Amino acid sequence: MALLEIRGVSKSFRTLRALDGVDIDVEAGRFHGLIGPNGSGKSTLLKAIAGAHFADSGTIVFDGNDITRATPYERARAGLSLKFQITAVLPELSVYDNILLATQSGESLPRLLRSSSRHALGEEVSGLLERFRLVDRADDLAGELSHGEQQWLEIAMALALKPKLLLLDEPTGGMSPEERQVTGKLLEPLRAHCALVIVEHDLHFIRDICDYLTVLDQGKVLDQGDVETIQRSPKVQQVFTTRV
Amino acid sequence: MLSEAGSEMTVASPSEKRRGAAGRGRSFRRVLPYIEAGALVVALVLPFVLGDRTDLVTLATNVLILSMLAISFDLCWGLAGIMSFGQALFFGVAGYAIALVGRDLDFSDVWATLPLAMLVGLLLSGLFAAFLLLGRKTPSIIFVAFGTLTGSYAAERLVSGWQYVGAGNGLSSVKLLKLGAYEFVEGDTFYFLALGLLLLVYVAARYFKQSQLGLVLAGMRQNEERLAFLGYRVQLFKALLFSFAGLVAGLGGALYSYHQGFIGPGNMGPGLSTTAVIYCLLGGSGTLIGPIFGTATVEVLSYALSDIDAIRHIWPVVLGLVLLLVVMFQPRGIVGLFVSDRERIGSYGRRRSSG
Repeated sequence: MALLEIRGVSKSFRTLRALDGVDIDVEAGRFHGLIGPNGSGKSTLLKAIAGAHFADSGTIVFDGNDITRATPYERARAGLSLKFQITAVLPELSVYDNILLATQSGESLPRLLRSSSRHALGEEVSGLLERFRLVDRADDLAGELSHGEQQWLEIAMALALKPKLLLLDEPTGGMSPEERQVTGKLLEPLRAHCALVIVEHDLHFIRDICDYLTVLDQGKVLDQGDVETIQRSPKVQQVFTTRV
Repeated sequence: MLSEAGSEMTVASPSEKRRGAAGRGRSFRRVLPYIEAGALVVALVLPFVLGDRTDLVTLATNVLILSMLAISFDLCWGLAGIMSFGQALFFGVAGYAIALVGRDLDFSDVWATLPLAMLVGLLLSGLFAAFLLLGRKTPSIIFVAFGTLTGSYAAERLVSGWQYVGAGNGLSSVKLLKLGAYEFVEGDTFYFLALGLLLLVYVAARYFKQSQLGLVLAGMRQNEERLAFLGYRVQLFKALLFSFAGLVAGLGGALYSYHQGFIGPGNMGPGLSTTAVIYCLLGGSGTLIGPIFGTATVEVLSYALSDIDAIRHIWPVVLGLVLLLVVMFQPRGIVGLFVSDRERIGSYGRRRSSG
């Protein structure tokens, strides 16, 4: 059984059919890329998985549990973590506090009240700061970081939840080519910890990092398979040459 | 959906997002502890300075008691981002509860009645929290504001027409608060009782604010939805804070009732609820000490001006204008003039000494 099973998921906004009967399996430990032209439904699908909005029909099963109607909080607790497309770090808190906030989310209320894990989690927070090259900026406000650094902070926060599946919505959006390269390197070691679903416009980036691709077009799955297969797929080539 | 929730918080708590020049960057000076220490010293010596001006000691005691109401509102708005326009409800109902216990059961022992008042405040606000905050769908700030306002208004109307609780006249000659055989009358001892309890409330609220829970609250005020995606049950945290705020208001209401010897429908209505908002915003919300300054400012001014007829009649209008001006030009309040955004919002992880 796959880690995430999406079956017949549809979602409409008024007259626009954003998703139309999508079936996707995401295997554990796999880096799964979602690509497709603008408006093909990639972000909508990601949000339906994370719980930012509910699918109109179809089911989403994560790790054996039906989460189609679960709240974002319940999904996060189940091991799903979303990195937002537009960075949503907490600008008025320090970088350190942003990560601490993500790290301590598993703590119970009484423990939070007693601040009993503030020091114990310090090491974990420092580890993430180091890994995502944010050590020097730990005491700065998150709102003062560059765009690229905010993206890394987001990824660090998403990862701090120790998810089984990490959803990344355009992780390299607004980054310079060098920053993209670094991001790729930062994501690589995650393979050992969790599966990844990535929505990304940069096809080079996605080709380098993903094992498996799903191509969406107009809310439907156009094709899916490993990177080699998709690159050779005539259907996909047609869509990308005519519309992108 | 995401951006909607985000912008709502921006509108509702302007102080969080506004970028002040002071206190950004990594170096900031901590001033709150000094302000707090100064306030405590002043509060401790005040009765001795005032000497036999008993009217002023009574005024000061009133400020301490109403400060609990102000802090109660600050817990809601400044810490949890809940706009409660009905904080006086918990204050007034608890005040009535202990007045009735005194009248009908002839009982006013401090060890039992004050906890009773806190329990009343806690349960009532817990009930409101369950209805207003714990729905499956995230409630908007406006919804909660109207819900609490309506509750406060309805309670005032209900009590005004209820003979058993004195109807429009309220309950007067409330039995004096007792400790064993000792009776607390207006004056220095009541002042120090109120001060001690306010200090307890303050320390508890301060502890809340600086704990890891406080970090969750600080995050919630900036982006509620983001916190849900991190796995926090945002509404539960809000309900918890709201209930605790109700407990604090209840304690204040009981003290008010004992101190004044009177409690009336107006003590639970929208009028006093709005005054609590003014106390807090004028002093500086989210700082805990600010609401106390706000209360002192408003109450001392209104006491000083109450002899002048011309001003007394338009006093509520003046207060309304003050609120308007504060919200427009100094949303961080009096304390915000000295305290940086960074210190007000707080830092929770490692602490580097200020430079």
